Amino acid sequence: MNEIKDNVTTQVPPLGGQGVADMIINIGPQHPATHGVLHLVITLNGETIKKVEPHLGYIHRSIEKMCESLSYRQFIYVTSRMDYLSAHINNHACALCVEKGLQIEVPERAQVIRVLMDELTRIASHELWWGAMAMDLGAFTPFFHAFRERENINDIMEETCGARLTMNYIVPGGVMQDIHPNFQQRVKSFIAVYKSKVDEYYEMLTGNTIFINRMKGVGVISKEDAISFGMTGPAARGSAVTCDVRKYYPYEIYNKLQFDEITETGCDSLARYLVRLREINESVKIIEQLIDTIPEGEFQAKTKAVLKLPKGEFYQKVETARGELGVYIVSEGGTTPYRIKFRSPGFSNLSALDHMARGSKIGDLVAMMGTLDLVIPDIDR
Amino acid sequence: MNTEELKIKVTELLPNVILEEGTEWLTFNIEPAQLKAVATALRSNDALQFDFLFCITCIDWKTHLTMVYHFNSTIFRHNVVVKAKLDVAKPEIETLCDIWRTAEFHEREVYEMFGVNFSNHPDLRLLILPDGWEGKNPMRKDFEDAVNMIRL
Repeated sequence: MNEIKDNVTTQVPPLGGQGVADMIINIGPQHPATHGVLHLVITLNGETIKKVEPHLGYIHRSIEKMCESLSYRQFIYVTSRMDYLSAHINNHACALCVEKGLQIEVPERAQVIRVLMDELTRIASHELWWGAMAMDLGAFTPFFHAFRERENINDIMEETCGARLTMNYIVPGGVMQDIHPNFQQRVKSFIAVYKSKVDEYYEMLTGNTIFINRMKGVGVISKEDAISFGMTGPAARGSAVTCDVRKYYPYEIYNKLQFDEITETGCDSLARYLVRLREINESVKIIEQLIDTIPEGEFQAKTKAVLKLPKGEFYQKVETARGELGVYIVSEGGTTPYRIKFRSPGFSNLSALDHMARGSKIGDLVAMMGTLDLVIPDIDR
Repeated sequence: MNTEELKIKVTELLPNVILEEGTEWLTFNIEPAQLKAVATALRSNDALQFDFLFCITCIDWKTHLTMVYHFNSTIFRHNVVVKAKLDVAKPEIETLCDIWRTAEFHEREVYEMFGVNFSNHPDLRLLILPDGWEGKNPMRKDFEDAVNMIRL
């Protein structure tokens, strides 16, 4: 008994504050607010953040290396596991890149189906973000509201694609199979439900004083810095960066559609929050334009069984729910890519976190991480 | 600017570069030692203004390594690709961290995956690989892992 007592340290650890040594705190890799295995090493002085250092790799599977030994049909499915909340859009980027190399013309019906699925995915991803971010900040109810709507989208996906999260629905040349006969009617009823509920979102969170106080002026990043850090997607558009790939480098039928690029000038967490919430409405707008006019025809172009990309390099960027995803394929003319690089939006967005967080209080870090909408497998790949 | 206009402007500004044909975006090869000067010119020229470095990666060609930089201008919406050939035994190139902050993370990734040394990088450490990683760089073509390798 005495022995144990002797071993107990009686030294009191130094409290943070002026003139006292810095304190190092680990957030993660197992932490509810990081939504995955992100490890942040934070240097604190009192409650003030001096430095945030991300340690990555807890879910690194080297997808790029894996793809080097997979064929052009197979590698697409691995990419669903990168940003699993935009699985469909990841697949889309890869398929577009392969189609660019092979110069495959995708039938219009397939293009419309792809865009519809993209936008449904985007809504589902933003819904999850909205609920999870509110929960991080201590509001539990929005999570259930968000998941109620998101569940509808998952059901629609399940019916047509056969899977709820990692859809693997897109193949080079089109989509794997035609849409389910119920698809149009179910999407329309989802849109109606969403529209009847969207006001609740604003009532519950956006107009809440406590919520606004926690978001406003938190995690400020200027437009120049956002571009310099390579930020894209809603996180960058909150700092007034115009960077929507769908608008400036349109793919598929996006140039024929009417939708607005949402930007805010606040540069803070509230601005990033508002951008994402308003983006859902734009996705709804796109779906409404397409859902009644899905053209008849083939859902898949005729392609060879074994795809061989010509020698060369191909780059395709798309707008995922988190920002710009780039797929860079280097081909030597064989059946597998020589080198593949995925430029993931989360990786660059995370790099700005240190800059954003310096000088703010540790309690605000959760709001910053929440509005960056980090998905860890997307960062680690 | 479209690719043709960009081509004229870039060759006028940087006469020493070697243009590559048949690519989607204007692509040119430079010597590694030229990188800093070329990058500064691309960033600061008023008609170019490449303010967004969206992708830094490396390709292992066994005989040599190639660094690939993708630049974009958020003002003019044009893209350019810059490539530099590195020695496979002692790959070294200047960092771009002081011009584009995003280079910091991307270069750390290339450093650990390909073993490229970025001179003057403020914090060149492992990012994704576990601390104390020993052995070859995983994205090199000669990397072998008897247990975890996926092969068909």
